[in-house]
Amino acid sequence: MYSKKLARLAFGLLAESAFKCPLTRSVSSRGKAVRSLCSWTVCLHHRQKNLLSNGLTRLNVRPVSQTTLDPAEVRKFQAMASKWWDLQGEFAALHSMNDLRVPFIRDNLLNVHGVQQLGKPLAGLRILDVGCGGGVLSEPLGRLGADILGIDPVEDSVRTAELHSSYDPDLRERVRYQACTLEELAEEEVEGFDAVVASEVVEHLADLDAFASCCQQVLKPGGSLFITTLNKTTLSYVFGIVAAEQLLRIVPSGTHDWEKFIGPEDLERLLESFGFYVEAIRGMMYNPLTGAWSWQQSTAINYALHAIKRKEEPQPDRVWAKSENLDEPGRATSYS
Amino acid sequence: MFTFAKAKLAVLGLGRQCVALRALNGAQAVRNVRGFASSERDEESSTSENEPFDIIISGGGMVGTAMACSLGLDPNLAGKKILLLEAGHKKEMDRVPETYSTRVSSISPGSATLLSGLGAWDHIVNMRCKPYNKMQVWDACSDALITFDKESLQDEMAYIVENDVIVAALTKQLQTLSDHVEVQYRTKVVKYTWPRPYHISESIPWVQVTLANGKTLHTKLLIGADGPNSMVRREAGIPTVKWNYDQSAVVAVLHLSEPTENNVAWQRFLPSGPIAMLPLSDTESSLVWSTSHQHAEELLQLDEESFVDAINSAFWSNENHSELVETAGSLFRTALSVLMPDSGSARQLPPSVAGISPKSRVMFPLGMGHATEYIRHRVAIIGDAAHRVHPLAGQGANLGFGDVAYLTKVLSQAAFNGKDLGAMQHLLEFETERQRHNLPMMAAVDLMQRLYSTNAAPMVLLRTFGLQATNALPPLKEQIMAYASK
Repeated sequence: MYSKKLARLAFGLLAESAFKCPLTRSVSSRGKAVRSLCSWTVCLHHRQKNLLSNGLTRLNVRPVSQTTLDPAEVRKFQAMASKWWDLQGEFAALHSMNDLRVPFIRDNLLNVHGVQQLGKPLAGLRILDVGCGGGVLSEPLGRLGADILGIDPVEDSVRTAELHSSYDPDLRERVRYQACTLEELAEEEVEGFDAVVASEVVEHLADLDAFASCCQQVLKPGGSLFITTLNKTTLSYVFGIVAAEQLLRIVPSGTHDWEKFIGPEDLERLLESFGFYVEAIRGMMYNPLTGAWSWQQSTAINYALHAIKRKEEPQPDRVWAKSENLDEPGRATSYS
Repeated sequence: MFTFAKAKLAVLGLGRQCVALRALNGAQAVRNVRGFASSERDEESSTSENEPFDIIISGGGMVGTAMACSLGLDPNLAGKKILLLEAGHKKEMDRVPETYSTRVSSISPGSATLLSGLGAWDHIVNMRCKPYNKMQVWDACSDALITFDKESLQDEMAYIVENDVIVAALTKQLQTLSDHVEVQYRTKVVKYTWPRPYHISESIPWVQVTLANGKTLHTKLLIGADGPNSMVRREAGIPTVKWNYDQSAVVAVLHLSEPTENNVAWQRFLPSGPIAMLPLSDTESSLVWSTSHQHAEELLQLDEESFVDAINSAFWSNENHSELVETAGSLFRTALSVLMPDSGSARQLPPSVAGISPKSRVMFPLGMGHATEYIRHRVAIIGDAAHRVHPLAGQGANLGFGDVAYLTKVLSQAAFNGKDLGAMQHLLEFETERQRHNLPMMAAVDLMQRLYSTNAAPMVLLRTFGLQATNALPPLKEQIMAYASK
């Protein structure tokens, strides 16, 4: 098991190597491939922390990742950083994914909390956007009235995000960014957020346990966790190969590791073990011809998940009573 | 980084302000400063004053004011800053004036629904409005005619309302929304500055609107509702397909010879152009006579009596009939009545005119215009700025209100999804949908205008048969009415 981890670490460091691993093609959208590079530093850093075990310091993550990262990768991130907001550029798929994920987050939060204010449905809620990148998802949520904190270990992305939101007085007040990792934040902000959003991040983390534990720490009881990621199926592998071959000409070979994908059942089990209960899972699909995402029945390729942190520790004699709660009105089982 | 940038901009702004104060020609310097560095000055001055608006509507006519009301009332847009700019003065109407104004519009049921949703329809009904139940359209060169009416003549087909009444009613509604919809009257725009389509640091990403009084406003979305000679459309460089009909419309308010149940709209196609009489009340009607420029000027010069005679003869005389066409027409009508016995309508004559309201004769040129694009990044155009039609079908205002309804819907949904209001994605949706609706209507109106502007026998025969056939097919007429009522 450790040898596997070391192997993955070795592979990660040698991103451009000819290491024959057919499972590392980017899946479905080049935007995700490029962004995966950025979030990949998160996973590298997690690995680093795991190997060093304790001694988490409050230092900025940058010195660490710069020493372990390939400088070519860093340059790639910096080149990409300015492209976050080019709507027809490499991140077009992420921008169009907002059509699905913003209503998903908004409606589920409204189900739980009710409408706060007309025109600002999410007013008064504190939301953490993990792996925010250029702020593609943070800005719409900020416009809906929520107080957003976006974190990303890549400082250039955070800078781009700050600049982009600085012009709009609405966003200036409500959206903040910080270049750090989730673990660093988890120490400061215990039970500070109403919701955590980790969109297209989980498939790049090596240590999901640490991630789930940190999410559990920063969320208020009853808070929501939203995850969008890729499933670990033949279909997601096949689409990855096909799409990547079409895209290979355009994007430097990204590193989506099929091994790191996680299926909804496994993710659900993991989250349940950390004190969440999964409220909704929906399948998503990207159409490269129209550039649009759509909901679909099957979670075979992409899916979105909504989990809620349990309000109290489940007692053995109350487990049965807890399962009754799964049918409470807050559960969003279907919506258009 | 952010604070550094702001500090840098502030310093630059201060520097430029000093330059402005020291310059001899104050106005000149201010203009220079503004043109080059308005962003810096804005950063520097009080933030609430120069914060960008969410939406600025340029043009406060019927369509512009309706748009402002509609956006102001939308729940998803609550809290957004909206501004309406109008070059004229505020049109208020506590009591309706005795005399009717000459510019009127035919309001379809769809537009009436929109106006009642805005709360303005009640004001209109209380002020003055005339519903009509039937429309008769007939040819001067033949006996062909077509009538439109609802199944039971009790239902109203559409409404004739004076333009001033509509604007006053909407203005009244707008006053109730004054907490987040601001209106500036007597405000002229001299310049628009467009943002770059892609984000460049250190440049303002909003539309800049420069007013005649020197102020510069910023907005995330600019809506151009400034009429057929739209400055927004021109400055945005949107290519427009347009041509002038060699026609002008003469409008007047007519007094009928005797009071009658005036609930029919009449339109007759003369070779020189259509003449229409639209009911305003039991004793008065509105005239819209489209004819050549020369004839229009002559009509304006005539004394009242001759003018009235000209109108009556235009509606009643049969001098343009030719034997051939009459025979052919009546044969066709007989054939139709054999096939469809219930079809066909008896020709009625419009009421005769006795006089006109003093000083109510006006003329204005007619043309057709269609903007090839209704949108740009952070810009949308609606109403006559986007599409200008011949008044013969009474659809100009209705198309504009249709734009208002759909654009509000699109912006409301975008705001609910947290989108930037000026983003192209939802604006494209608006453009596609409205062009799909407007283009066929405009093509049909233009076709009608061309078809009926000649008295060459083949065309006359063609349109005679066409009109009679359409009149004989109630389902087809219903389709036409449904399309025009949206």
